[in-house]
Amino acid sequence: MGAATLFDKIWESHVVRDNGDGTVLLYIDRHLVHEVTSPQAFEGLRLAGRRVRHPEVVFAVPDHNVPTRDRHLGIRDPIARLQVETLDGNCRDFGIVQFGMEDRRQGVVHVMAPEQGVTLPGLTLVCGDSHTATHGAFAALAFGVGTSEVEHVLATQTLLQKRPKTLLIRVDGALPAGSTAKDLILAIIGRIGTAGGTGFAIEFAGEAISALSMEGRMTVCNMAIEAGARAGMVGVDAKTLAYLKDRPLSPKGEMWERAVGQWRRLVSDPGARFDRVIELNAGLVAPQVTWGTSPEMVVPVDGRVPDPQAEADPVRRGSMLKALEYMGLSAGTPITGIAVDKVFIGSCTNGRLEDLEAAAALLGGRRVASSVKLAMVVPGSGLVKAEAERRGLHRVFLEAGFEWRDPGCSMCLAMNDDVLAAGERCASTSNRNFEGRQGAGGRTHLVSPAMAAAAAVAGHFVDIRQGMG
Amino acid sequence: MEPLRVVTAIVAPLDRANVDTDAIIPKQFLKSIRRSGFGPNLFDEWRYRDRGEPGRSNEGRPENPDFVLNRSRYRGAGILLARDNFGCGSSREHAPWALLDYGFRVIIAPSFADIFFNNCFKNGILPVRLEGGVVDRLFRETEATEGYRLTVDLERQEVITPGGEALAFEVDPFRRHCLLEGLDDIGLTLQHLGAIEAFEARRRQEAPWAFL
Repeated sequence: MGAATLFDKIWESHVVRDNGDGTVLLYIDRHLVHEVTSPQAFEGLRLAGRRVRHPEVVFAVPDHNVPTRDRHLGIRDPIARLQVETLDGNCRDFGIVQFGMEDRRQGVVHVMAPEQGVTLPGLTLVCGDSHTATHGAFAALAFGVGTSEVEHVLATQTLLQKRPKTLLIRVDGALPAGSTAKDLILAIIGRIGTAGGTGFAIEFAGEAISALSMEGRMTVCNMAIEAGARAGMVGVDAKTLAYLKDRPLSPKGEMWERAVGQWRRLVSDPGARFDRVIELNAGLVAPQVTWGTSPEMVVPVDGRVPDPQAEADPVRRGSMLKALEYMGLSAGTPITGIAVDKVFIGSCTNGRLEDLEAAAALLGGRRVASSVKLAMVVPGSGLVKAEAERRGLHRVFLEAGFEWRDPGCSMCLAMNDDVLAAGERCASTSNRNFEGRQGAGGRTHLVSPAMAAAAAVAGHFVDIRQGMG
Repeated sequence: MEPLRVVTAIVAPLDRANVDTDAIIPKQFLKSIRRSGFGPNLFDEWRYRDRGEPGRSNEGRPENPDFVLNRSRYRGAGILLARDNFGCGSSREHAPWALLDYGFRVIIAPSFADIFFNNCFKNGILPVRLEGGVVDRLFRETEATEGYRLTVDLERQEVITPGGEALAFEVDPFRRHCLLEGLDDIGLTLQHLGAIEAFEARRRQEAPWAFL
């Protein structure tokens, strides 16, 4: 093999069988399971009398439906409770390890797995969840699948896959002060569109990606799906290895040394050919705020809500008009003039320690504006929460008037009680601003944790580069 | 899975791009542990004027008369005509389950999101990609002609218009075969159990840390 991309290397090492028709049977090393997309898969196994082929590489956690407060009272909604209990039963029956609601390791599946060392370089990893792309930050090939494929992986440890094309997004330069991994990925989506990565596995590389922490790389890879790509990935470097060393499920001792020897090769070779290359200068990325109902509808914080009449394409113009109507915004409004009702800091995109630190640093003793009805922090996992508390971050949030909750997906998709009411506007560190995503009629603006904290204090979006005034 | 060979049905035009799976089936319905019964809540937030709840009857809920599926001429539609990037966002298979339960066996659009596209084939729905200009024309014809029907012939890989014109489309041969025969993927894969076992034995040597 000549010069190979990171993607090529992982793909080639997982082909069980080439079907000769453009598809392969691909081996899957790790499988993450949550309560929402798995019950029908386990039911399918039962009906067909099939077992789970390798229960020891399957890890389950309830996250979408779990309450973020008064957890000791259990789940009040009987339908949600049944779903979580169904996961309990399925894990028991099929011999799968679960980090249940009372386990301190419980959290959003994509935060939990890297913490535990479930995610390792060079592995293939799937989950019935589109944000599985997150794990690509560790030079793994990770992607979301539907429930039929969840069942297929449980039964066979493989998936029938068509090889995606490769897209290199090289980001050189340095992110300016105030801009984060979240702003970078939003800017990328703004540039290539929500279908710009469809059919591709994206590799993120360049100086600005190298400079990101593992947490920042997870934020970037997490939203690859928002650009239409099932997988986003970053090559191995010293930061990858430092993060993984001594995680509960990372290899240990001699095995660690042997693994590291292989992992160091998990970067794209010089001269490796990608189907498409996009280059960006990180130095030009300002803090971003979405204004519409698709993550590609995004502008810098010092920008204005765009004018649909300036859009030539009639389908796009129609989408913009519908988005403005839904969002209750008019063209030309300065982003900093948009007031928010609620603030949500959390999710698999921005619910890790670094995110909470960035938000807390911005608060620095200031209080949430009286016009803001609710500001909440939902740590990505029990371990994130415990470490944040050890560092005293919870006091910063509580003293500012934020609520400090228990881990879960929470208001990212509002399957539990954390929901926007119709018409409410939210500064959210999550990943999707779709209509109704955070509650029917709710209006979502996607931002970074620091931008969300700033909006909480001011009651409207603020250009954090100008200071808090 | 029910086989799909030829579908002739009324076409419903959903004229917006980037229709996401949250719109196709809102999150509150994802709490179900079943695979069926999602049809009445397909496009719930666009289709009704109130908020739907799982476990609640949809009888008598106020409909939004402007939404395409509520217009009498599109009742009973079996083919959905859509725009670019249909099915983007969440991987929820509840989206194709809801479309199927409502009665859609075919979706025609210029492009689809990857995970959704794949999920359709697993559930007996055929997503057909046609060029943007052709889809534009089908939108115009559907809107101009009440009772507009298309025939989609998977065997011949053609969409046939009421005027008899055949529009060819591409489909992956394996997926086509499974859909035509209504085949279960897992059963097919397990025919290659020997290859899976051989792969595992080799990988255990090369990357033992991949096994727990």
